[in-house]
Amino acid sequence: MRTDDIKFTRLLLFVNAVVPLVLLAWDGYFHHLGANPVEFATRTTGVLTLVLLFVSLAVTPLRQLSGAHWLIKFRRMLGLFAFFYGCLHLLTYVWFDKFFSVTEIAHDTWKRPFIFVGMASWLLLVPLAVTSTNAMIKRLGGRRWQSLHRLVYLIAIGGVIHYWLLVKADTRVPLTFAAVLAVLLGYRLVKAFTGAPRRPASVLPR
Amino acid sequence: MLINRPDDIKGSEITPEETYWNRRNFMRAAALVVSAYTTGKIYRQFAVPAAPPAPQQGTKLANVQSATADTVPALNEARTSFEDITHYNNFYEFSTDKSSVARRAQGFVTRPWTVKVDGLVQRPREFDLDDLLKLAPAEERVYRHRCVEGWSMVIPWVGFPLNKLLKEVEPLGAAQYVAFQTLYDPRRLPNQDTSVLDWPYIEGLRLDEAMHPLTILASGLYGQTLLPQNGAPLRLVVPWKYGFKGIKSIVRIKLVGEQPQTTWNLAAPDEYGFYSNVNPQVDHPRWSQRRERRIGEFGLRDTLMFNGYAEQVGQLYAGMDLRANF
Repeated sequence: MRTDDIKFTRLLLFVNAVVPLVLLAWDGYFHHLGANPVEFATRTTGVLTLVLLFVSLAVTPLRQLSGAHWLIKFRRMLGLFAFFYGCLHLLTYVWFDKFFSVTEIAHDTWKRPFIFVGMASWLLLVPLAVTSTNAMIKRLGGRRWQSLHRLVYLIAIGGVIHYWLLVKADTRVPLTFAAVLAVLLGYRLVKAFTGAPRRPASVLPR
Repeated sequence: MLINRPDDIKGSEITPEETYWNRRNFMRAAALVVSAYTTGKIYRQFAVPAAPPAPQQGTKLANVQSATADTVPALNEARTSFEDITHYNNFYEFSTDKSSVARRAQGFVTRPWTVKVDGLVQRPREFDLDDLLKLAPAEERVYRHRCVEGWSMVIPWVGFPLNKLLKEVEPLGAAQYVAFQTLYDPRRLPNQDTSVLDWPYIEGLRLDEAMHPLTILASGLYGQTLLPQNGAPLRLVVPWKYGFKGIKSIVRIKLVGEQPQTTWNLAAPDEYGFYSNVNPQVDHPRWSQRRERRIGEFGLRDTLMFNGYAEQVGQLYAGMDLRANF
């Protein structure tokens, strides 16, 4: 792919990743988020976090299956968007549900498994976001960087469990997420066990 | 990728550079607009924002009396708007998405409707709904409504005490509990085709809870007949219990000797007990019950013991371990 095509595609993905936030803000401004806007915003940002996380996890399988290796160049941005929506999701909880009360949040995190799992998953995302720069990749070295970033598998599993635990009875949506994740991670398991020669992943976007 | 490089083309057909870039920019702009629009459409498909409230209205009810002061405590809290009460509903027979219930429930037919009242009673009877509603004068009852999920409303119900109906059928001495059942008809209640819960929805009360003057059968709110999403044509309202105890679209009431099964207790016994009294000290295993979000308000309110009706109903549970009997 040509450099300016890559630049343009980045712009395209950026715009598309921002669209949901713009619509959410728009609906919020015009009071179209329903009777319980906080619940709506929390759920929506949470689902968007999972969606972007999954899209970033789809990059490697797609790249390997299609041979379109330039796809790697967009992974960082997708991952950072997942982190961004994860932060918004956490913020809606910390602000509108707990009003920044540290004791309330600590109590809640300790007592409630779904909050605990969600918090842990977000915390694990932080080092990945911090080490996403080219300079950090160089400093860590590709291999160590890659081992660290395998945490994303755990984070994605945690995110789905977090969603599944909070639903009262209708688990169809969380189970759909679980099924998609099973495919994304199952692909990697199969790869690892069949020992197919792996193209060394060049993590540095050029 | 949305943009492809052109395939091999004969030299004579090569587009002049200027035209090429114009075309390219045009295609890029188009790709941006089309993809952003599609993403927006997909977002809207899944994250359904509340439709502007459809102008749904019930039928105006005549002769609604205000509740007599000695039975019902006055409530100095703002009433939740009619729009919110009718567009934020847990009624799993229509949808598990609270903002979709109103739309899915539109057109639900509630006439003819009969309610069978039987079991351990002297005079079992199948009531035509309109006869049942004539048993006692309709009263306005402004109650707090606390959902187990942590949100609450203030709703001006219209109804009459359940004890008026029970006295009509004369419970036998052996009757200790009252069991309720929602209509089972998957053609009219489409989500009954799924296995989200065991259908039909069933609920129960102890007889003394059922006879309590605060317990009502509601047929309206805000002076109008109930809309389908709120449990038309007849629902139970027990203001000191979590909202799911207020079974909707009732077709059968049976007096029994043993504690009846209840739908949410069957679905998750460690999360939803038979009593399900509003109690800020007993947390749901997955969330706190200490606070609540009053719909229409920004901050949180402290949840009150028995939803603020402790003075009226506390004696029903004297000596009971409310942590064990949650």
